[in-house]
Amino acid sequence: MSTFFRPLPALEPRTAAFWRACRAGRLEFTRCVPCQYYIHPSRPICPKCRGRNLDVGTVSGRARLHSFTINHQRWYPGQEVPYVIGLVELIEQPGLRLMTNVINCPIERIEIGMALRVHFEPLSEEVALPLFEPELPI
Amino acid sequence: MTEPLERKAIISGVAQSAIGRRLFRDDLDLTCEAALAAIGDAGLQPDDIDGVAAYPGPIQGGPGFAGPGIYEVQDALGIDVRWHASGLEGPAQIAPIIHATLAVAAGLCRHVLVYRTVTESSAAADTGRLGIGAGSAQISGFPAFFIPFGAMSAANWLALYARRHMHEFGTTKEHLGIIATTARRHAGLNPKAVYRQPMTMEDYLAVRIVSEPFGLYDCDVPVDGSTAVIVSAAETARDLPHPPVRFNAVGTAMRARPLWDQWEDITTMAARDAAAHMWSRTDLTPADVDTAQLYDGFSFLALAWIEALGFCKRGESGPFVEHDRIALGGALPINTWGGQLSGGRLHGFGFVAEAVRQLRGECEARQVPNCEVAVVGVGGGPVAGCMLLTR
Repeated sequence: MSTFFRPLPALEPRTAAFWRACRAGRLEFTRCVPCQYYIHPSRPICPKCRGRNLDVGTVSGRARLHSFTINHQRWYPGQEVPYVIGLVELIEQPGLRLMTNVINCPIERIEIGMALRVHFEPLSEEVALPLFEPELPI
Repeated sequence: MTEPLERKAIISGVAQSAIGRRLFRDDLDLTCEAALAAIGDAGLQPDDIDGVAAYPGPIQGGPGFAGPGIYEVQDALGIDVRWHASGLEGPAQIAPIIHATLAVAAGLCRHVLVYRTVTESSAAADTGRLGIGAGSAQISGFPAFFIPFGAMSAANWLALYARRHMHEFGTTKEHLGIIATTARRHAGLNPKAVYRQPMTMEDYLAVRIVSEPFGLYDCDVPVDGSTAVIVSAAETARDLPHPPVRFNAVGTAMRARPLWDQWEDITTMAARDAAAHMWSRTDLTPADVDTAQLYDGFSFLALAWIEALGFCKRGESGPFVEHDRIALGGALPINTWGGQLSGGRLHGFGFVAEAVRQLRGECEARQVPNCEVAVVGVGGGPVAGCMLLTR
């Protein structure tokens, strides 16, 4: 896995809690209390029941690889390539997905459906990125 | 069925400015060139224009992306308007055309100048094609969930869609290649296309990779150029110098979460919903279509549109495009101008211009015989709009 410059996600009113939780080692999403539906990106209302009784739910960090692409293009001068962009689906809810990087896995061993677990990559005092690695060491 | 309101509108004129790589011309200059030519094509004078619409308006997009806003164009052309609108959100890049049909049908105005102008080639001349957020230390909004992971382009986002489609349905890299090589063959018949030299499947497979499964030839080519379309009230049709092109139906629906990463079935796109909506507004069927002009900002998008529009079943677009079915002379010629892959990234409006010209029978070497029904499908991922045009 190449390393490349990672810009900081801005801490915005609806996203700051997500990034700060990652920095604390937890994967958390806004959740509807009656539906138990995880709402990502966070919204002030549940799109399923339109209820506004929301809390925060911590998930296991386990996921399946929904799709992936190996990026070879330098999107700015000097960017290190290739790297693996993954779209992972968390096991707690169909369709609850994160764009991420798949790490600690040889590129040729990456396949759709593989079991992954979160690995938090600190980026600042307040932000960490949720990256994903094979659940079982490869 | 109540007569769809869009049938009260026609396309009375179409024109394009110079189209090319690194023209280094002012975007307003290109727009005025296309606009005046389109107004003339419709047999009108600038003072006949009483509406202006455009995509996306003067937003902060990537370099050369937005083109001039409608107020700049109105001011430059010295025209008075009774209706005007621009915007980024809506049924893809053809949103202002669809909105214009409603404006003339509602009697707000009679002749709307609609345009899309890009100068992305000149704008990237010094830097190459940068990713979204390149050079930024901090990212806001939805890209904050993408850019820090290096997913810096729609090429990355849609590569995920294409890969999933391959996984579920057995679609191959060669199927994507058929989209690209067919577009190049068609571009060879279009003097205004930017890439016209022949390209074989071998050439296609050998080119450098951008984001697997996409190589360079799966990605459209940035150009400079402006396309202008005149949308007029249908009752003006008898005064036209050309046959009017009629709106049979438009499709604007979106029935899933409008987010690239949370879209529930990434083997489909919003195209699925827009297309179903369009067919619900007409008695015509996919079998009636003589040519399809399908957005190919990336090769995969054309496959997705073929499925969305019902030319084949879900997942079967790969086999569908085999055996020259989508080439001129085949059952469903698509992107007869070369598409954005070889004709140039005119961002949706190139497909509209081609559909109009095919229906008017003006395409010479690349003309689809007896072309009476054309469909235009524009957009990718959670963005789509489509329209069925007839002679």
